[in-house]
Amino acid sequence: MKQMATFSVGALWLGIEVGQVREVIATQEMTPIPLARGGAAGLINLRGEVVTAMDLRERLGLPAREPVDEDEGAMNVVVNIDGESVSLLVDTIGDVAEVSDTEFEEPPLTMPAASRAFVHGAFKQPEGLLLSLDVEGVVAVAPTVELR
Amino acid sequence: MGWPDRWVRPLAVQGKERMEDLDDIVREFLVESHENLDELDRALVELEQQPDSRDLLSGIFRTIHTIKGTSGFLAFSGLEALTHAGEGLLAKLRDGDLALDREITDGLLRLVDAVRMLLRAVEESGSEGEPDHADLIATLTALQEARPAEAAPVEAAQVEAPQVEAAPAAPPAKKTRKRRRAVTPLAPVPPRKPEPEPEPEPEPGPPARIGEVLVNEHHVPADDVEVASMEQRLGDSRRIGEILVEQGQATAAQVNEALAAQHASTGKADHHDARSLADATIRVDVALLDSVMRLVGELVLTRNQIVATALGADPAMARAAQRLNLLVSELQEGVMKTRMQAIDTVWNKFPRVVRDLGVSCGKQVRLEMEGRDTELDKTILEAIKDPLTHIVRNSVDHGIETPEARVAAGKPAEGLLRLSAFHESGQVTIEISDDGAGIDVDAVASKALERGIVTAEQVRLMSQRELTNLVFMPGFSTAAKVTNVSGRGVGMDVVRTNIEDIGGTVDIVSDRGAGTTIRVKIPLTLAIIPALTIACGGQRYAVPQVNLVELLCLEGDRARDGVEFLSGAPVYRLRGDLLPLVWLDHVLELRDAPHVEDTLYIAVLQAEGQQFGVVVDQVLNSEEIVVKPLSRQLKGIGTYAGATILGDGRVALILDVRSLAHRAHVVAEHAEGGSTEAETPIGSTAVNSGAETLLIVGCGERRVGIPLPMVTRLEEIDPSRVERAGSGEVVRYRGHIMPLMRLGRLIGESPMPVADGDQLKVIVHTEGDRSVGIVVDSVLDIASDVPGSRDDAHGIGIAGVAVVQERVTELLDMEAAIRAADPNFFERRSDVQVTA
Repeated sequence: MKQMATFSVGALWLGIEVGQVREVIATQEMTPIPLARGGAAGLINLRGEVVTAMDLRERLGLPAREPVDEDEGAMNVVVNIDGESVSLLVDTIGDVAEVSDTEFEEPPLTMPAASRAFVHGAFKQPEGLLLSLDVEGVVAVAPTVELR
Repeated sequence: MGWPDRWVRPLAVQGKERMEDLDDIVREFLVESHENLDELDRALVELEQQPDSRDLLSGIFRTIHTIKGTSGFLAFSGLEALTHAGEGLLAKLRDGDLALDREITDGLLRLVDAVRMLLRAVEESGSEGEPDHADLIATLTALQEARPAEAAPVEAAQVEAPQVEAAPAAPPAKKTRKRRRAVTPLAPVPPRKPEPEPEPEPEPGPPARIGEVLVNEHHVPADDVEVASMEQRLGDSRRIGEILVEQGQATAAQVNEALAAQHASTGKADHHDARSLADATIRVDVALLDSVMRLVGELVLTRNQIVATALGADPAMARAAQRLNLLVSELQEGVMKTRMQAIDTVWNKFPRVVRDLGVSCGKQVRLEMEGRDTELDKTILEAIKDPLTHIVRNSVDHGIETPEARVAAGKPAEGLLRLSAFHESGQVTIEISDDGAGIDVDAVASKALERGIVTAEQVRLMSQRELTNLVFMPGFSTAAKVTNVSGRGVGMDVVRTNIEDIGGTVDIVSDRGAGTTIRVKIPLTLAIIPALTIACGGQRYAVPQVNLVELLCLEGDRARDGVEFLSGAPVYRLRGDLLPLVWLDHVLELRDAPHVEDTLYIAVLQAEGQQFGVVVDQVLNSEEIVVKPLSRQLKGIGTYAGATILGDGRVALILDVRSLAHRAHVVAEHAEGGSTEAETPIGSTAVNSGAETLLIVGCGERRVGIPLPMVTRLEEIDPSRVERAGSGEVVRYRGHIMPLMRLGRLIGESPMPVADGDQLKVIVHTEGDRSVGIVVDSVLDIASDVPGSRDDAHGIGIAGVAVVQERVTELLDMEAAIRAADPNFFERRSDVQVTA
């Protein structure tokens, strides 16, 4: 049994192991990064540390977030990978789910390829299908083919 | 330097029950011994060059002697035995009974290594472990028997030989004194004859006290000196020398000699001078300095915040903020200085490395080092230690030829390896140059081809410099025989990564037959830099002060008329010189093109020796910022050197000026000191070694694949700019005339009609200062890992066919296409510089 911190991005319900989560914070003032590709949405100031925020929607190939009012911006799930902190922008935060490996299965083929690439697999939960997010893959350096 | 007597006696009395003290002493012993061993390495290598130097010999002897003494006291018998053997050998050398040769030097260097190993064991486990240096000891002993001395003066030495056993630390005092008395009448101490070294052994460091000199000359045991100086402290007003003579411990002649030595050493400057600073310095834990540095960094940020808010506050607050400002700046400077170390701490290992490597490779190399006291931040020093070592090893192993080869080439048999370091415009430049064989560009190219790092076509397109810089590619090594030295092929790419990770650059310039120079540039310090904040596109950015030359504000007519467009490139005439202009929002792709406004704010920046003006929305502030590193994926963009947190808590990106200049094409790729981040096919695209990546374009109904490495740029050009020239079409592009070729015409396909207002889609291929443009209907996609078939039977301009994304795609014969645009394209190849 392990515990997964869950959140939603679009219609997807995603989870990552709680051990990987550093903290969860509300919408932060973000500094955009011109020329950045691959979902890097901006930089945030996390108590003196500069952390890159990844737009999970973009990374998973989902359509951009509907414009919302200031109060309901994206939530930041800050994770720790390889000693570096990265913030994942998600729509809403869910509960912590207890999952067991017996419930694990391959990600559904109905998922679009772009999203499926970043998902380890799925856990069947009473509330629905919890997709296990490949955090390392999401955060990894996107190939840089610069065309102008 | 020696073990102070006053420590030894009280502790010997209390024995090992005082474990704490013992541990402290052991630690102190280890630290100092390590330093001494490093010094020994250097001294031994120097000694090999000057075998007659009594200074060096005596210094080396003393160091080994000291280690032996303390080892004995601390009951490290392995160390004691080892150093004892070495001491015997050194004594013979010092006395002139033996002449130094390669074997002996090797033996002594092995001794140093063995001692180091033992010390490390002690450090890790508290004891020597189970050392077995019987071989080495046997060797050292055997070496003592060998050849008899040559013309070295023997007399003075003979008298001292029996006194070798007397160590200041260990043996009981009485025995020594007796022996001294026994010996002295037998042979009067002869005056020192004039020798290679005219003065008697001078002490390292500050002028030695007479007592010390006498002890080191073994005329008087340390205890007696101690007693004499005690008498002095107790009120005896005579000088030490007088007291000793009166007590019969020394003869007048000996004292006079010691005085002479003392005077001689006062004016002598040698590399031991550094030791004299030991009294004025203090050892600090690096971790402590790191945390102090970090705190100061945060203090700077907070200071910025306070100063920002204090601007509107009451005068008292403003004054206090101002004072705080000054204080923090000074504090920051001071702390930064604490972390600065001379590059010599890394370089001082090189004489030994070069010497050992030269011996094992059978090469003769002379090492020259210039600028050893150039200072760098400690973390940076740590980071470049390995890369520099690798480069040095490379030069000796692969760069410098064997003596025979060199002589055959008309060079002196001994190769020269020169290291130099100096500060320049906020950076440290380190050059490693050798007068060896240089880099064989053809060999590099063919190896790269073999490894699949580049394709034959790419090689053809690359300039000399680009080919040379191929050695930085991963998986590369031209060493025919992989020695365990540096030919493992993991070298230069790791070197470059390490250096670039700390914000530096590395470049190779090589001259076939004459030699190679590797130039490394690194920032002085990473943490806090003065910067200028500017606004662009509604956001703020920081420009490092080090790159800032001046600020301009153009208004009204000056703005409109001042900006000229030469061959399409905007410039401004600044005091007679043409300054290339770059719009920051354009470079960052926030806007499509330069836009001249009524008021223009221009920051004149400098990168790689070239100046250019960056047009921004606003110039804000000059402030000190703390540089925060960017995550790995953002580093890859290149344009940003880091990020910082401004006074109001928001994050601002720090611009990497050099990278900006390249991106904006205001710095030529082939300029002196240019980077390896070239615009041509190799640099800008992530080409998988071996796999073909294609740009899929549409032409009429057909799909055509163009090898991505051949695509320098995609442009959209207004059809009205196209002009006719002769039988073809051209367009003015980036300072020169670019021939155009309509792809449809080449492959026999009628193009789609171009609607009014539509731009022409042009695939640009650039080599040096020449380009050709291939006009296509649309750019569709990029595909990688495309297996294709290539043969000649596909028609004009087509090299093969492949199925890409389930569609039939024809592979363009790029060479044919280029020739169709410009028949003379390949004939006029040269490496002429591009100017903006």
